[in-house]
Amino acid sequence: MDEKFDAIVIGAGPSGNAAAYTMAKAGLKVLQIERGEYPGSKNVQGAILYSKALEEIIPDFRDDAPLERHLIEQQMWVLDDESYIGTTFRSAEFNQQPYNRYTIIRAQFDKWFSKRVQAAGALLVCETTVSNLIMDGKRVIGVQTDREGGAVYADIVVLADGVNSLLAKKAGFHAELEPKDVALAVKEIHFLPEETIQSRFNIGEGEGVVIEMAGKITQGMMGTGFLYTNKDSLTIGVGCMLSDFKQQKITPYMLLEQMKAHPAIKPLLAGGEMKEYTAHLIPEGGYKAMPQLYGEGWMIVGDAGMFVNAVHREGSNLAMTTGRYAAETVIALKEKQLPMTAANLAIYQGRLEDSFVMKDMKKYKNMPEIFHNNNHFFTTYPELLNRAAHTMLTVDGVDKKTKEREIRKSFKQRRSLFGLMGDAYKMWRAFE
Amino acid sequence: MNTEKIPVKVEEKLFQNRYRVDAGRPHISIINQDTCRVECTTQECTVCCPAGCYTTEGNGQVVLITDGCLECGTCRIICSTYRNVDWEYPRGGYGILFKFG
Repeated sequence: MDEKFDAIVIGAGPSGNAAAYTMAKAGLKVLQIERGEYPGSKNVQGAILYSKALEEIIPDFRDDAPLERHLIEQQMWVLDDESYIGTTFRSAEFNQQPYNRYTIIRAQFDKWFSKRVQAAGALLVCETTVSNLIMDGKRVIGVQTDREGGAVYADIVVLADGVNSLLAKKAGFHAELEPKDVALAVKEIHFLPEETIQSRFNIGEGEGVVIEMAGKITQGMMGTGFLYTNKDSLTIGVGCMLSDFKQQKITPYMLLEQMKAHPAIKPLLAGGEMKEYTAHLIPEGGYKAMPQLYGEGWMIVGDAGMFVNAVHREGSNLAMTTGRYAAETVIALKEKQLPMTAANLAIYQGRLEDSFVMKDMKKYKNMPEIFHNNNHFFTTYPELLNRAAHTMLTVDGVDKKTKEREIRKSFKQRRSLFGLMGDAYKMWRAFE
Repeated sequence: MNTEKIPVKVEEKLFQNRYRVDAGRPHISIINQDTCRVECTTQECTVCCPAGCYTTEGNGQVVLITDGCLECGTCRIICSTYRNVDWEYPRGGYGILFKFG
């Protein structure tokens, strides 16, 4: 493999596939390297696909992409130990094509995406781990793989190697991640007959439901739980900040097991057959934790660049969009026959700044800190809300005004008036 | 809540997964055993690894068996005080092979 390529893309997840596809389609000579047996075999996600980002790359993706169910309903639950209070939004509009959000199974989806990448002309090599970047001074000129004689060269190396981002770290492009910069999520997939899922969730064929959960299920840690409906399976999982796991010394699979035993969740899973257990880190450090995204002969895309909007549960769409922007940067420079220097690659940063990607990253830049230092958002409030609902809905001869007074008193007792006002202010600041 | 802990065997969960183990070539290792045994009093790796790869022996020594590793990176990042984990990806094609992901 002494050949030289226009571009090497490391990784075949959403960002790597978007980058490789876009460059190959423009006629560039692209090598993509994947360490798994097939694209998707190392990749983990909930998973919800937001159509827009993929549409801009492959407009006709709905023709043959493996999509599980389109979402027609979103539920948000706030859980106490034995109860939950929640909201549901369901709309017939979500049943009109083209659908906006789908559940997907990543091993299947990534394999499909990769076929499109290869059809566009990129060369994919699987079962190959990149061990190091090959440098010429400060400039990346290729990659060293674990294959015999495994050095390959290119004008540009696109790092789409995921959250751990080992290569950029080894090359000194960024520091080691800290526990406060990542969330650890664990999940399981439970198989059930298609009809059972449809009757259990009150949905028709092809229709799906998302349940996002917060509260006592995370045992005081900053995080959320989720349940997604696939075609003939359910995905159930929970993710919390790694710094909280570390501090509170909680075992992730025990957390998941406790959550599955919650009286509101258990019946939804009943009778299912668990067929896979996965764990994955999510780069949730936000804008302040983002690394340098480009340099001499290299660019970082997707999870490796900390492109996740934790508040809105967005990640794979940012991965695809950043992969595309990086690719378009390379294409533009190639057209003008300009070298892949840091100065020229700054176009990539400019594209990011001008788009929703960086605008959203900046908007929520204070969010991680606010929740870090305020665990009561995940413990006290869920409890108070659930108690309030219980009080109001129990018909026991106590008049409603007295009940309201009791509820107000319980909030003030647990958080104090200043505490409540402070929390309201913090939330306003965070979402402003 | 259901305050009593539900017993969980992580082995039963991992049994559902597909692996191609690179026998005799673990991709993660502990750099200095003494650091774990003598200096580290918290040993979060033995609690927070989602695959239960790390266990503590009676003498405080930490034992690592990577066969069930999910390649998430938790141990690498959680060992933030001592940075005592040497963490690489498995050789190409080896390790966890997600069926669904």
